[in-house]
Amino acid sequence: MAKQKFDIIQSTCLPIQIDNCNTDLIIPARYLASTTRDPKFFGDAFMHDLRYDGEGKPVADFVMNLPEFSEAPREGVHEIIIGGQNWGSGSSREHAAWAIAGYGARVVISSSFADIHRNNLLNCFVLPVIVSREFHQELFDTVAANPNAEVRVDVPNQTVTNITTGRSETFDINGYKKYCLMNALDDIDFLLENKGKIEEYESGK
Amino acid sequence: MKTLFDKIWDAHVVQKVEDGPTQLYIDRLYCHEVTTPQAFDTLRDKNIRVFRPEQVVAMPDHNTPSDQQERIDDPVGRKQVETLAANCAEFGIRHFAMGTKDNGIIHVVGPEKALSLPGMTIVCGDSHTSTHGAVGAIAMGIGTSEVAQVLASQTILQSKPKTMRINIEGTLPEGTTAKDVALYIMAQLTTSGATGYAVEYAGSTVRNMSMEGRLTLSNLSIEMGSRAGLIAPDETTFAYLKGREYAPKGEAWDKAVEEWKQLYSDADAVFDKEVTYHAEDIAPRITYGTNPGAGIAIDECIPTLDEVPEADHAQFLAMLDYMQFEPGQKLEGTPVDYCFLGACTNGRIEDFRAFASVVKGKKKADNVVAWLVPGSWLVRQQIIDEGIDKILEEAGFELRLPSCSSCLAMNPDKVPAGKLSISTSNRNFVGRQGPGARTILASPLVVAASAITGVVTDPRKM
Repeated sequence: MAKQKFDIIQSTCLPIQIDNCNTDLIIPARYLASTTRDPKFFGDAFMHDLRYDGEGKPVADFVMNLPEFSEAPREGVHEIIIGGQNWGSGSSREHAAWAIAGYGARVVISSSFADIHRNNLLNCFVLPVIVSREFHQELFDTVAANPNAEVRVDVPNQTVTNITTGRSETFDINGYKKYCLMNALDDIDFLLENKGKIEEYESGK
Repeated sequence: MKTLFDKIWDAHVVQKVEDGPTQLYIDRLYCHEVTTPQAFDTLRDKNIRVFRPEQVVAMPDHNTPSDQQERIDDPVGRKQVETLAANCAEFGIRHFAMGTKDNGIIHVVGPEKALSLPGMTIVCGDSHTSTHGAVGAIAMGIGTSEVAQVLASQTILQSKPKTMRINIEGTLPEGTTAKDVALYIMAQLTTSGATGYAVEYAGSTVRNMSMEGRLTLSNLSIEMGSRAGLIAPDETTFAYLKGREYAPKGEAWDKAVEEWKQLYSDADAVFDKEVTYHAEDIAPRITYGTNPGAGIAIDECIPTLDEVPEADHAQFLAMLDYMQFEPGQKLEGTPVDYCFLGACTNGRIEDFRAFASVVKGKKKADNVVAWLVPGSWLVRQQIIDEGIDKILEEAGFELRLPSCSSCLAMNPDKVPAGKLSISTSNRNFVGRQGPGARTILASPLVVAASAITGVVTDPRKM
């Protein structure tokens, strides 16, 4: 997945107000058999079975097909997904994070995430932002009232702001991961740099 | 004053990253064909080898057909299985190929070959890796990026979860199994009730469970949101593991058991959360919705709208709309189209014994398609050795070949759109068993009883 450094993102949002939206819904199992890493393949499968009917036609009343939300993400547009609570439960498939990244979103905001999916998002350079239930609901309400409403996610200061209402919250991210996101660094590179410590651990066993 | 989880975690810390996660040493990495191809690509991109190939074990299970294993007809699935074999050959990893006696579902094969042992840290790109926690290990599902990390370094970066102990006390009523215990806990805790926690199961009910039952219980931890479900090892664990293919032998065994006996939560250990349930409150259970927590005792009715909090009405009604059920409906007696026995949840020998105990001397209902799929070739052989296959055959059932099968729609065992399946698998999600398929989760006893009558049936009434 393409790695883009994180700083401040201000964008309109795609609201997917489905609680317990599991990773089977985010990307159905039949897309898992692929050995590709093509972001478009996974991005096109994002929320597939809610987006399209059995014949592959767009489901008109699903949020991603509504005219005001159907535009693919680009800078300032739909870079932020607001997901229902317990976002990404179930299967550990990183394909779900690839689907979100492949679709073009850079941030997912929810009041809670499943543990494995949250890690997968971070490893795919999509930032999961956990907000309070009140803030979460207000975001849905704001975007429902005005699809062009913007949200600002400030990674250096760890704040998320609903521009329309002015309400702002801080969000948690550990210092290590924040540094990785802001500098587009992978965990694997860090681990490879620490081979000595691993061998030291092994010899002490 | 350490918990079981703390003892194993602390023994595997390579370093604590400043203002960051812990670098944790991993004893065992399991790989299947679905979540690893891109991880091996990462290694090739970076031109690195697998750091400790002898600690990695791979086998295909998701795409494997259960009717024959000469070939995979779907070219995409076939390529994925072939890619795993090629990657294992390239990187020197032990590979249990499809159709060989070593193969099966990873979460069945690992414990039964004693590749998963007490005190270990175990990971796999599969959320049901929690299963292996039943032997007294920290076992967690991870993503593909993390699989690449472990391949490259035999370590992983993880923030330490909080700990939760779930006590279950007392004797399980007749017809009630470990599966029902797990479905009951999920309904109490909800599917996110254990998110952020590593769970330890304790109490007399768990102590009295067989190893197969414990594996079922730990398997379903992720359906409560917990990545890990540990059970302290005891004589049941040791008796199960002793003599198995990769278990320590001779003096090494005795030494290992002495070490494993230290793996328990100290009496004064403090958990971040602790809950207690009573076995006598648990009955054979079924689910009615599209998450595993949406369940009832088999003789209960689906909740009425009045019984559901108003904020949840929309989701509740959407679930029932998909399932084609009504609020307040009784599901007992509802015709079923498909019955599935198997998966990493209930694909072990005890599950087949339980199923056979119900169907013995009876006949499968004509309206039902039944898939009976052992979790491994070892389980399949044991079924044959015990003569269970004959009982199943006489009752009109066919024993299939080891596979994840109908647990998820990645092989030919798909439930057609609109059809109702009663299944021993772990997820009743929308489309999980096939696009449009409707799934009721239940124990092997409930599935067996329903396969005989052709309708959702309480095994206590057989």
